[in-house]
Amino acid sequence: MSAMLATDPGGVPAAGEGGEPLLRVRDVVQEFQLPGRGTVHACSGVSLDVREGEALGVVGESGSGKSTLVRSILQSPRPKSGQVLFLGQDLTRLRGKELLATRRHVQTVYQDPFGSLEPRWKALDIVAEPLVGYGVGDRRSRRARAAELLEMVGLDPAVHGRRRPAQLSGGQCQRVAIARALALQPKLLILDEAVSSLDVLSQSQVLILFERLRTELGLAYLFVAHDLAVVKQVSDRVAVMYLGKLCEVGPAQELYAAPRHPYTSALLASVPSPVPGRRARAPITGEVPSALDPPSGCRFRTRCPRARDLCAVEAPRPRTVNQGHTVACHFPIDQPEAAT
Amino acid sequence: MTATTPAPKGTQPEGAGEGAALLEVGDLSVTFATDRGTARVVHQLSYSVGHAETLAIVGESGSGKTVSSRAVMGLLPPAAKVTGSIKLNGLELAGLPEHEMRRHRGRDVAMVFQDPARSLNPTMKVGEQVTEAIRLQSRTAKRQARQQAVDLLGQVRLPSPERRFHEYPHQLSGGMRQRVMIAIALAGSPKLLIADEATTALDVTTQAQIMDLLLDLQTEYRMGLILISHDMGLAASYAQTVMVMYAGQAVELAPVGELFTGVRMPYTKVLLDAVPRLDLPPHSPLPVVSLRAPDLTRPAPGCAFAPRCPRCADDCRQQDPVLEEHENKHFWACFHPEEPATAPTQAAPVREAAGPGAAVPGAPVQEVRQ
Repeated sequence: MSAMLATDPGGVPAAGEGGEPLLRVRDVVQEFQLPGRGTVHACSGVSLDVREGEALGVVGESGSGKSTLVRSILQSPRPKSGQVLFLGQDLTRLRGKELLATRRHVQTVYQDPFGSLEPRWKALDIVAEPLVGYGVGDRRSRRARAAELLEMVGLDPAVHGRRRPAQLSGGQCQRVAIARALALQPKLLILDEAVSSLDVLSQSQVLILFERLRTELGLAYLFVAHDLAVVKQVSDRVAVMYLGKLCEVGPAQELYAAPRHPYTSALLASVPSPVPGRRARAPITGEVPSALDPPSGCRFRTRCPRARDLCAVEAPRPRTVNQGHTVACHFPIDQPEAAT
Repeated sequence: MTATTPAPKGTQPEGAGEGAALLEVGDLSVTFATDRGTARVVHQLSYSVGHAETLAIVGESGSGKTVSSRAVMGLLPPAAKVTGSIKLNGLELAGLPEHEMRRHRGRDVAMVFQDPARSLNPTMKVGEQVTEAIRLQSRTAKRQARQQAVDLLGQVRLPSPERRFHEYPHQLSGGMRQRVMIAIALAGSPKLLIADEATTALDVTTQAQIMDLLLDLQTEYRMGLILISHDMGLAASYAQTVMVMYAGQAVELAPVGELFTGVRMPYTKVLLDAVPRLDLPPHSPLPVVSLRAPDLTRPAPGCAFAPRCPRCADDCRQQDPVLEEHENKHFWACFHPEEPATAPTQAAPVREAAGPGAAVPGAPVQEVRQ
């Protein structure tokens, strides 16, 4: 597979400073009513930007609200309040055809490679389907384009293109889903746990593909996952979520080398590393509280080793601790020699 | 195959002879009849686990790590053909009829699985399920067994065990359900506990807590522990000995420090290099690897990894390398192993430069650090 080159770190486009970001999420709130039990506070005022050509990673454990954030961006369902500006247009105010026309520039790849593909269709038809839906080209040009897309993701149109999902491996199915997502030439790809269900080796090969496609096509990524190492691999910047709120946002290298939020620090310390003999005790105890009744003030305070009285009273607002690095914590960790 | 069975670590004092091992697996093979022919799922596997030792078995799906452990538990379907020896405390378990195996399962060897939601009975209070497990292992009066169950639930650090006793599995989080599963596994005070991807479905902070719990319980009960995982990091962080499996065979086995600082089997190296790492910068190049999975129904002559191996030579396609002890306690099955680590003081690991040939480590770069 000659197309599958290892990625070149120098070739990854630098995130453009200044200018209007591609995606601007502002104070997005999403809540769900559970009859008789109250309100699930799934996403409580999340703001973030994805710049053109940039890969923003979002990490969080289950219940952090990262998938709710993705669905709020896609307007399915629409957020309860807040704005989702894409290319300057507020998706929360667009309806019908207008929404469809804008949303074609945002495509998504989900976790389950089999479940998200129509089982009775051949790979070529699956990839061509968005072109049919948006009425792009005629039958012949669509098939040619689908073949081109399959090649782009490292599949052979003559072989894999004729197969149905059940005849493909998990990694190959995920490649088909990626080819389909690229069919309409989106500007932003949302990857929601897109490599989580793959075995170690096929996961690494799909990650290589993601890095290559971004360089070649100038795509922006919103890369959502629970695996911290995987998120670091593909991201320029990373946002950490906990119980519906953002804890910390910063450049990937700096955030991982010198985390400022106690939760980020605990999360990183929990990851087993393939360096033997460094086992530490679990850094935090307990589990994520229920989103039905999140703690007052800072939502992490019930498990935070640094929590003080103020944390129960007042929710910390995000503040800048370094260029492009914000932390929502009253008592952030001091990192005097913050890595660059 | 006893020659290739490593002496168990952690049992030095009481006459660490051959008989000192808790579990001794010798020449274990498992085949399944499929419509494509006989699948060789586990092939001539030999290893041992000492009392209070932790062995990690790592490999991808299909490597045989789960099937070989289910063979130890006697939990394979009747269609599976098992040969070889499985000795627990000197007692042969292989070939035991089900009614006899039942006496050992739970009391001598117990297992915790990946998905606690599917292993627990959804219609029964979790405390009752632990009570039932206790009463299966010993003739205890119900009231007394209930008290023991509450104690056990406390021991696995389930918050407020008296209250949780009366809850159903769906009312508990994934981490709490796994704690209940561990309590059930401990009900018979087993000598060997097998954790099959027991923390894979859990969040990373919960995983760290459950691993702490498992290791504390292991010390307390002096249990042998087998961690089955696809996660090399988990193996490196929590095991004393690591066995890497590929296509049903053990391809490398070593004390954890030796393995991760001096990988010799090319497959182990591929597996380690392919995983994104926290200690490397974003966008670090990942090696390109062939994804051609081995066909277990048509094992070709020679090394099973040969078709994908960057170091493969002619002899690899003709002869099957045997797992042998090449260095002190470091076993590998390879004719052309990686060079040993040369400069173990080097602090910052550097992966090979990116490029089409990145998958072929001509000059192996060892990932060594303190």
